[in-house]
Amino acid sequence: MAKLILSMDGLVLKELPLSKERTTIGRKPHNDIQIDNLAISGEHAVIVTILNDSFLEDLNSTNGTYVNGQPIKKHFLQNNDVVELGKYRLKYINDTPSQAPSPDFEKTMVLRPDMMRKPPADAPAAPARGLTETQAGFRAGASVPAGTSMGGGLPPSPPPPPAPAPAPTAASQIGAIQILNGANAGRELELTKTLTTLGKPGLQVAVITRRPQGYFITHVEGASFPVVNGAQLDAQAHPLNDHDVIEIAGVKMEFFIKR
Amino acid sequence: MTQDLSQALRMVSRTDAGMVRTHNEDAVMTDATIGVAILADGMGGYNAGEVASGMATAVIGTEIAQGLREGRKSLPALIETVIASANEAIYRAADSQPQYSGMGTTLVMAVFHDNRISVAHIGDSRMYRMRGEQLECITRDHSLLQEQIDSGMITEEEARRSQNKNLVTRALGVDPIVEPEIHTYDVEAGDVYLFCSDGLNDMVEGEDISLTLQALSANLDLAADQLVQMANDNGGRDNVSVILVKVLQPFPVAPRGVLSRLLAWLK
Repeated sequence: MAKLILSMDGLVLKELPLSKERTTIGRKPHNDIQIDNLAISGEHAVIVTILNDSFLEDLNSTNGTYVNGQPIKKHFLQNNDVVELGKYRLKYINDTPSQAPSPDFEKTMVLRPDMMRKPPADAPAAPARGLTETQAGFRAGASVPAGTSMGGGLPPSPPPPPAPAPAPTAASQIGAIQILNGANAGRELELTKTLTTLGKPGLQVAVITRRPQGYFITHVEGASFPVVNGAQLDAQAHPLNDHDVIEIAGVKMEFFIKR
Repeated sequence: MTQDLSQALRMVSRTDAGMVRTHNEDAVMTDATIGVAILADGMGGYNAGEVASGMATAVIGTEIAQGLREGRKSLPALIETVIASANEAIYRAADSQPQYSGMGTTLVMAVFHDNRISVAHIGDSRMYRMRGEQLECITRDHSLLQEQIDSGMITEEEARRSQNKNLVTRALGVDPIVEPEIHTYDVEAGDVYLFCSDGLNDMVEGEDISLTLQALSANLDLAADQLVQMANDNGGRDNVSVILVKVLQPFPVAPRGVLSRLLAWLK
């Protein structure tokens, strides 16, 4: 659950969990967070919390509400934001995702209107059979450990290993092609986009795709297939190497790695 | 009412588990002859998500084919009926079998007929239309995030950083009754329609989707492969499914009797 750390002059006064849908801040005693100081308005600001997201809104206070030094009217709070009210500081802490880095976290779940009113972190969902009760299992994202999904009460499965990071060399490389013959001979084209098409539409077209592993050429349309280093390709994507010579619709070009 | 659309429409579909998930809970179904495309993204424990999305495509696919043959109902009414029927089937299965309890699925589906497309959706699976060089998202997600954007609570920029990305506000099979959103649009020859699960639009920027459809619309199979590959190259954190439909030529229904001609004239 997200929380606020109240401090003044660098001295931590209190830790305040954001357990309610609306948390009011102000000088008057009926506020959820009462700060008895004349610089604070009676009803100064409110924090609306919806599941994992919290929104701060200034309630037309006399002295204003500041987040990270900027005056705000409405603000979508991010982890480590510092809210300033007069001499008081409220640090917003919401490190839910870093504590539960699980693929299940992102699983699509149904949100029902009655869920909105429940605080996100009370007792864990029981392995209920009834449909409505099982729906409660969807609180997985907030504070229930990974693996809890709409099935409810299922044993968590170990998260599969993340996809291997692509080799940094290939990903940061920029390739280019230089035309070797015809009217445009000598012209160079940098391949910075994820895909670049070459050739003449209706006659013969090939595409060069830029991927984490490097560059690939694939036939798109036309009766004849592209030729790379004298060999004709088939329908499959073909990896391109530095100084490969490509021939499409009678135009020869050289592929090379710029850096 | 039946029309053979296989000359007018080209449809391809792909579905992939992605790079992280072990199960593929998405399901797709296309039938170019009757002009139907269906995509569902299931949710629920163990394999319940697959069951829900598989039931959705099977029930809707079968019943819509039958309904089109009979031709008794108007298209939007027929779509509503088959969705209600799929909803009931999933809801009943979930209610009667503990291992399926709580399962559900998103849905995006379309029926092409008489130079028009009727599209229905529930949840956060989407349909985009590429017309000329313009890619447009036609459906509006039924999700918490979209509601927050609509109410002005957060901007689209902030939405990208939100932690509530995965919450849908409507789904098929979780309640006894579901309300699909159904709209009908005119179709033009050359249009390319993209149906996708959130595994695509969460992983691939709209700009790259647009670029792919523009560059590769001559080779629909390659375009579909490229979309899935880009989602996986960017991490592939979710199942990813796409259906591409290219409109090759117009497909008007020839008015048959005096009455239908009169009705066509009155429209």
